[in-house]
Parts: sequence; C-alpha cells; structure tokens
Amino acid sequence: MMEEVKETASVLSVHDDSIKVTEVLKDGDTLTFIIVSQKLSGTGEYHVDRTYEDFEWLQQHLFSQGDVPGIQGVIFPPLPAKPQVNASPRSIKQLGFLALGECQPYCKALETFLQQVAAHSILSKNKAVEVFLTSSDPPGRQKVKKNIFNRLSQAVEEMRKEGHKDVDEFFQNERDHNLVLTGCTKTAAEKFLDVVATEQKIAVACGHFSTALHLCVEPGEDPDKQAFSRVCVKLSEVFESIKKNMTSVAENNVNTLGLGLDLESRYQEAEREMLFRRTCKLVELENARRNVEKAKPVKKAAMEEVKKAAETEFEHTSGVAKQEIARFQGARVEMLQQALVGWCEKQLLTAKESADQFNQHLEVFRGMA
Amino acid sequence: MATSSERSPPPFPDSEDQDVLDAEEVRGRDSDEDEDLFGSTSTSPVTEMDTTPTSDVSMKPPSDIMNDPLIEPMSSQTGNKPASEPSDDFFDLTNNVSVVAAAATKSDDFVDILGSETGAQRGEVVKADVTVEATIDRSEVTAGVIDPLSQQEAKQTSTAPVIDLSGDSQPVTSKIADPLVDLFSDAPPAAEAKKPSSANVDLFDDEEGSDIFAEPLQTKPAKQPQKSLFGEPDEDVFGEPLGAISKKPVPKELKEKSVTTKVTAGGPLQDSKPADIFSQAAASTPSVTSTVNSKTNGVHSEEDGDIFAAEATVELSLDSPRNERKKEATAKPSAPAPTSLTAAASLAKPQPPALEELEEEEEEEEEDKFDIFVSVKDPEKIGDGMNAYMAYKVSTQTTLPMFRNKTFTVRRRFSDFLGLYEKLSEKHGPNGFIVPPPPEKSLLGMTKVKVGKEDSSSTDFVERRRGALERYLQRVVNHPSLLQDPDVREFLEREELPRAVSTQALSGAGFLKMINKATDAVSKMTIKMNESDVWFEEKLQEVESADQQFRKLHALVESLVVHRKELSLNTASFAKSAAMLGSAEDNTALSRALSQLAEVEDKMEQLHQEQAASDTFTFAEMIADYIRLLGAVRGSFDHRMKAWQRWQDAQSMLQKKRETEAKLLWANKPDKLQLAKEEIAEWEAKVTQYERDFERVSATVRKEVIRFEREKTKNCKRQVITYLECLLQSQQQLIKYWEAFLPEAKAIA
Repeated sequence: MMEEVKETASVLSVHDDSIKVTEVLKDGDTLTFIIVSQKLSGTGEYHVDRTYEDFEWLQQHLFSQGDVPGIQGVIFPPLPAKPQVNASPRSIKQLGFLALGECQPYCKALETFLQQVAAHSILSKNKAVEVFLTSSDPPGRQKVKKNIFNRLSQAVEEMRKEGHKDVDEFFQNERDHNLVLTGCTKTAAEKFLDVVATEQKIAVACGHFSTALHLCVEPGEDPDKQAFSRVCVKLSEVFESIKKNMTSVAENNVNTLGLGLDLESRYQEAEREMLFRRTCKLVELENARRNVEKAKPVKKAAMEEVKKAAETEFEHTSGVAKQEIARFQGARVEMLQQALVGWCEKQLLTAKESADQFNQHLEVFRGMA
Repeated sequence: MATSSERSPPPFPDSEDQDVLDAEEVRGRDSDEDEDLFGSTSTSPVTEMDTTPTSDVSMKPPSDIMNDPLIEPMSSQTGNKPASEPSDDFFDLTNNVSVVAAAATKSDDFVDILGSETGAQRGEVVKADVTVEATIDRSEVTAGVIDPLSQQEAKQTSTAPVIDLSGDSQPVTSKIADPLVDLFSDAPPAAEAKKPSSANVDLFDDEEGSDIFAEPLQTKPAKQPQKSLFGEPDEDVFGEPLGAISKKPVPKELKEKSVTTKVTAGGPLQDSKPADIFSQAAASTPSVTSTVNSKTNGVHSEEDGDIFAAEATVELSLDSPRNERKKEATAKPSAPAPTSLTAAASLAKPQPPALEELEEEEEEEEEDKFDIFVSVKDPEKIGDGMNAYMAYKVSTQTTLPMFRNKTFTVRRRFSDFLGLYEKLSEKHGPNGFIVPPPPEKSLLGMTKVKVGKEDSSSTDFVERRRGALERYLQRVVNHPSLLQDPDVREFLEREELPRAVSTQALSGAGFLKMINKATDAVSKMTIKMNESDVWFEEKLQEVESADQQFRKLHALVESLVVHRKELSLNTASFAKSAAMLGSAEDNTALSRALSQLAEVEDKMEQLHQEQAASDTFTFAEMIADYIRLLGAVRGSFDHRMKAWQRWQDAQSMLQKKRETEAKLLWANKPDKLQLAKEEIAEWEAKVTQYERDFERVSATVRKEVIRFEREKTKNCKRQVITYLECLLQSQQQLIKYWEAFLPEAKAIA
C-alpha cells in the first residue's frame, strides 16, 4: 500500500506512517489536536493544530470528490465520533473505548485515521489531505452539515435498499458476511469495554481498600499492636500493587485489543456504508435499465445515456470496491493480529511483573511470621 | 506449685524428701487401705523389685538428668501422673497408668509389668527417667492445679532439678503470671491443701450432668469415699469465683480419682480398651491380669463408660504434644520385658521432636496449640417451606485424647450452633472471657434459602455461613478454656443433641442484644466509671475505633467482591461474543485465534471467580468475623464493668449499713446493734469478694484481650499469606494462559 502511495502520490509531502497526534489541548469546550508529521524531503517536521471540525472537513472533502471514478467504492477510513469535554453517558457509550482514559485512545484513533487516509492510494491524492497535514492555517472552519444529512438520509434509505438482492454473488456474500461481522464485532467491543470498565472499578476499589488499611494503623509501642500495624501497612501495599496490576491490565486492554476491536468495528461500519453506496448505485442502474426499456423512443437516447453513465459508474464502483474489500480483508486481519499479539505480550508482561511483585510481598509476609 | 504439693498430701508429710520414702510410705498406705481390694497383688514380690531401682535412682545425682537433655520432656510428660502421689492413695494408683512412675510406688498388676521390665533392664536410661519423674512429681502436683501452665513449669523444674529437689515451689509459683496466683496467695494454707479435693467435688457436680457420667456407675462408691476423705470442700475459696479456672485442675483430679476406680476394677481397663496399651501390657502378663479380672469380673461392663470418661478427662488438661509424649511413654513401658532395652531406645528417639515441641510451646506461651481441627461441611436443607432448616456436618479431627475417637462427625443444625454460643457465653461471659460469636441468624438469607431454589445468591449465603460456622467452632476449640467446657465436647461428639432452647428466642437474640445494648448505653451514661486502669480505657477506645475501621473495610471489600463478580460475568460474556466473532470470521487463522481467545477468556472467567471467592472468604469473611469478635470483646468489657458496679453497689450498701450502725449506736439500741453488726460483717465479706471478683474479671479480660489481639495479628497474617499465595497462583495461571495464547495470535497472518 505504502509503496503505491509513494509512486503515485507525489502530492503528499509527508510520510504516511510518521503522522502522529502528539498532544491534545483543551480550551473550554473545544479540543485541539497537535499533528506532527515528517517531511518526505529532508528532516523537517510539520506541526499543525487541528480541531475535530477540521477532521470533519477533511472527511467531507474525501467523500465528495466527484471527479474520481469509483470513489463510491472506497472504504473510507472511519473518523471517530466527536469527543465531548463533558461527556454525557450517551456520548461515552457512542465513543466506546475512545472515551476511556485521558484522550490517549482518542488521539490514537485519530492518528490511525490520518495514517489510513494518507496511506490510501486514492484518498491520499486529494488536495485536502495535503492541506490538512501541512497548512499552518486551519482549513475551513465552516460547519459542514452535509455529512450528517447524508447519514440521516442514508438511514432512511437503508431500510429500503439494504435488502436489495445483489447481482454479483461476491458482493452478496460480502454484504451478508459484513452484516454478521459488524454485529459480532460491535458486541465483542462492547463486552470488552465492560470488562475494562469493571477492571477499572476494581482498581479503584483496591485503592480505597488500601487507603482504608492505612487508617487501621494504631500508634503505640506495644509490640502486638505494632505487629498488627505492620500487617496492615504491608497489606495496604499489597493492595496498592493489585491496584496497579489491575490498572495496567485495563490499560493494556484498551490500548491493544480495545482499540483494535473499536477500529475493526468502525471499519466494518465503513465497509457496510461502502457496500450500501454500491447497492444504491446498483439500484440506480437497474432503474435506469428499466427506464430505458420503458422509455419512449424520443427519450430513449437520453435514457440510454443515463443508463450508460450509471453502468460505468457502477462498474467503476464495483471495481474499486472489489479492490478495497480485498485490501481491507488483508489489512484488518493484520490489524487484528497485531492487536492480539500486542495485547497478549503486554498482558504477559504485566502478569509476570505482578507475579514478581506478589511473590515479593509473600516473602515479606512469610518473613514476618 | 510445690507449696501445694507440700500441703496437699497430708498423708505424706515427707513427700518432698525422697521418693524412696514416698514409695515406701505409699506402699504402706496402699496395703493398709486397699488391702481388701488388691489383696495378694499388693504384696507381690514385684513391688520389692520396683523399689530397688527407685532407690537407686533417687540416690543418683540430678546431674544424671541433666546429662541427657532428652529426658527432660519425658519427665514432664509422665510427671503429671505421679503428681498425684502425695495427695492420697488413690492417686498412687494412678501412677500405675503412667508406668514409669508406678515403678516407684505400685503394687498391682501394671506395676508388675513395669517392674519386671525395669528389673530386666536396669539400664541407666530408665533409672534416669525415674529420677526425673520423682523430681517432677512435686512440681507437677501443683501443676495439676494450674494446668495450662504446668507444662512450662514442669519444664522449668526439670531443667533445674536441684532446685526442684530442695524446694521446687519457688520457681513455679513465681512463674505463674496468672489470676490464680491471687487466689492461691489469698487462700489460707489449709484451704489450699484442700484445693484439689474441692476441685474434685466441683468436677463431679460438673461432670455428672454430662452423658459420660450419666450411666449408673460402679465407681460411685469410689467417689463417695473420696468426697468424704476430703471433707468439706472449701467452697469459699474455690467455689464460685474460681469458675472456669477450677475446671483446669479438675480434670486431672478427676482422672486420678477415676483411675483409682479403674485400678480397683483392674480388668475393665483391658476389656474396654481393646487397642490400648494396657491390653498389651495385660497380654504380656496374662497371669496377673487374669487374677485381676477374676476379681473384678462383674464390674467392668458397667464401668466401661466411666473408664472412658476417666481417660477423656485425664487428657483434658493436657496439651496435645504432651499427650503424644505421654502415650509414647506409656507405650514403651508396656512393651514386654525382653524388649525393654529397645523400648528404652525408642523412648530416647521420640524425644527430640518432643523437646522441640516443648520449646515451641514455651515460645508461644499461653497460646496453646491444640491439635484439633473442626470442619463444617455438607450444608443440607432439611424439611420444606418455612419449617426448613439447614443442617451441617461437623467433623472433628483431633489427637487430643479427651475425645473418644480421632475423628468423628455429627450433624448439627444452625440453631445448635447458636445454642452452644448461648451456653458458653452464659457460663464464661461473666468471667471476662471473650466467647467467639457465631454468625447471626439471617432472616433474609435463610428465607431465600427456604423459598428460593438453587440460585447463586442462596448458595453463596449458605457457603458463607458454613465458613463462618467453621471458623467459629475452630475459634472455640482453640480457646484453652472453652475447649474444656463439657458443652463444647458434647456438641462435637454427641450423636443427638437436645434441641437448642427455643429457636424463636434465639432468633430474637438480635432483638434482645439490641435491648441489652440500649440498657448498656444508658448505664454507661449514668454510671461514670472512674476508670482506675488507664489500660482498659485505652483498650476500649481502641476496640471501638477498630470496630469502625473494620466496618469500613468490610464495606470496601464487599464492593470489591461485587466488582470481581461483575468482572467474571463480563469476561464470560466477552468470551461468548469472542466465540461468536470467531465463528463468523472467514479468515481461518483469525477465526481459530478468536475461538482460542474465547477459551482463554473462559478460563479467565474462572480465575476471576476464584479471585472473588478468595476476596470474599479471606478478607470479607475475616473482617466480618472480627466485627463480631470485637462485639464480644466489648461484651467482656461490659462484664467487667458490671462486676465493678456490683462491687461499688456493695460498697455503698456497706456504707449505709455502717451509718445505720452509727445511728443505732447513737440511739442506744443494743439488740438491733447486734443485727447491724452482723450485716456489716456480711457486707464487708461481700465487698471483698466482689472486689476480688472484679479484679479477677479485669485480669481475665486483660489476658483475653491480649490473646485476642495476638490472635488477630496472627490470623490476619495467615490470611494474607493464603490470599497472596492464591493471588500468585492465579497470576501464574494467567501467565500460562497468555503464553499458550501468544503463538496462536502470532500464527494468524
């Protein structure tokens, strides 16, 4: 993928994999993200600050590039939902993993989004990407309502067209499969989120317990009392490390598999959207064909033209879509594998560290006897 | 110690001098008093043989004893039997049982065996043993009275034999840092001399109620003489105030007495204890036993129970290590004569561990380690509807010989546990003991169990309660004084327990307690106890703050447990969705990895569940226990205050009486004056007694609180260690799971 980008996209002057969202600045209700990327030429870096609105602007530009054939067949890298400073429970639920922690997961998600866009053979050619990544001026802060409107209308149409029978078995299969996977991934991500949330709760509870144990310490010279105090203090330390263990387990979960599942589920969404767009084109084309058949001779030529246009568009879309799907399947397996391996390694490390720590505590306790 | 030994044996004024003398005396007495009973046996040549080694031994310098440190524990173990020697002839007979001691004194069949053995052997070891015993005799007599301490004391005396011989009383009495000391010093010498006897009588009152003694006993006649022998029991000194303390000396006395009956009965011993040492002994000297048998033929069947009881009571006062040693000791001499040398060798061998145990014992001081484990298992719902109740299997595993078997199991329902507590707290509470409380009756939990089917919350409830009951019982049997209580033994051993006092009253116990607490609070407010002892004031405050902290901790742990359970549930559902995702996945490698992931998560769910259980049972339940126990501690403080109040009331009453006397004096009414004087004397006595009561209760409370705190620390440490071990184990398990999963994840691509 990357190779391809380099060959074709001289437009983009940065390394796609060097794009980082390094920092997030909070100013009232708006969050500003600092994006750093390395120049292809030389060693310099671009530093730009972007708000979420800028990201929306970018995505909108990507959606609406009419001049690219088969753009509807592209699986657009999904942009995470808008972050909330004072998040309501609903928006937290919508954000899922990205709402956890101190914005790091969210930054990571944005970073992935940008990298995916920059690495995309078609999307990276868009001027907007270059502008977004390199221009020191914020690209258009005007609100783009269209995107939301699009999605809304889509939701209505969806009901009608989602079930439309496909002419191509490949796409029919892909659609069915995507439907199942989307559901499964979503549930899995949600459940995993629950696990993480509980782990965080446990960590907090351990912290409380540890603090409370510290209060049990009784002053006094009495050796019995001192012995008990020692036990309390030590136990408090034990719970402190249990807390640390839990916290890092939860963190690992979020940063690896959590993000992975989240991305996967958003990507499945994106694929579904793409497939839907293609289905819409298919419906359009079928309508055009019917129109041609039904059309009066006077209008036949015009209809024929419309049909032709629709046909080419559909073919383009299908062609791109096929490529995209193939690419996506490879990419997501790789992504999931990375997530799983990273997760496993991190958890293993944490478990080993904790085991070490517990062992030390245990030795101390045994020594106390 | 020795003081009492000196006093207690009026029949043997020379008891503290030489054992030879003792033995001779005893023999004389034996033949005098028991002639009719023992007849020919007492005059048997064996006795002569016996005395010879004994005299040798007594001549031997104490250095002999010191030479072989291994012998020390041995002496302490056998010591307590000869201890009885000086007190009277019945006790002498006891010595037969502990064979070595018997060598010094005895004239019956068991001695016979022993005698022959010693005769054949004449080894240094045996002699040394005997000497040590002789030395120990004195110290042990007193030790018998204050039993739990006796061990250390015995040890002390044995390590310093010279002092023992001259006047062992000093080290011993000084060693007893115990409320008993007061009693002893307070009591007039004469009373002290009678102590064992009065204790004995007490014991009878005590024990006769229990089923062991309930059977008609041939021993009765034997008991009677004893009672009469000791004359009027000195109730004032020993009676009521002694309470639980008197129970310690009691068993030994009882044993000595019952052993007497045993010996008079002769045969039954052999018959009733088929696997016993004595039967062995009997087998090795069939002729003697047979004579005894014939003598007592009719008797033994009835006596069986009693002998058991005697056996049981004997060891009641002994700590487990010593019991074992005693067994060893008895087992050895019972071996046939030819093997006596090897027997002696085997005696030497078991010593080192015994010694260690002794040292350990000394280290732990009053923290008696009882070799008894109680488990509560198999909760079972009996009956249906609201009349249903839970029954538990109470299994005891013990090497304590006070119990008939090593392991036994009974079935108890929950209210029986409460009943036991009620009995114990009634008996021991006022004395300042901290009686471990059982889990409360829970209407809600039990109703769930009664009504609901098998759902997780009710099984959880039952399991928690089972654990709580187990710990409660274990605490009871770990308490040195409570273990001695006949009700405890009955609870553990007896097949059918009379239904505990109306359960309704018990379930109302909480309500009653509430009322009690309210009145206590009122009395606390009205009576400003001017605390003379800062220690108690501080402790009470500590207990109260500890109570609050424990409550807080409990709430925290409970919430932690809730989260853990939630985690386990969530992990389970994640595992399920991972499995679904895996099955939906097209990519085979990914699909396999995902279903592996599901399996790993399933296992983790198990781990989380175990962790939740571990949290619950190691911390939550432990803390809940301590909240209950702290209540008991406070209860003991209340009892102390009540004793104080009683004392104060008596004092003010005395003051009033004095005033009336003064008035009467003024009014010049001689007739009434006399009455007033009597009343004053009466109240003065009461005041002193109450004061002493108060001091005794204070001392007990103090000791108990210290014991409680030490136990608390120890227990906490132990729990933490178990918890950490569990944690570590689950962490290692986790590592294993991850390590197994890693290659799967890597294999995707």
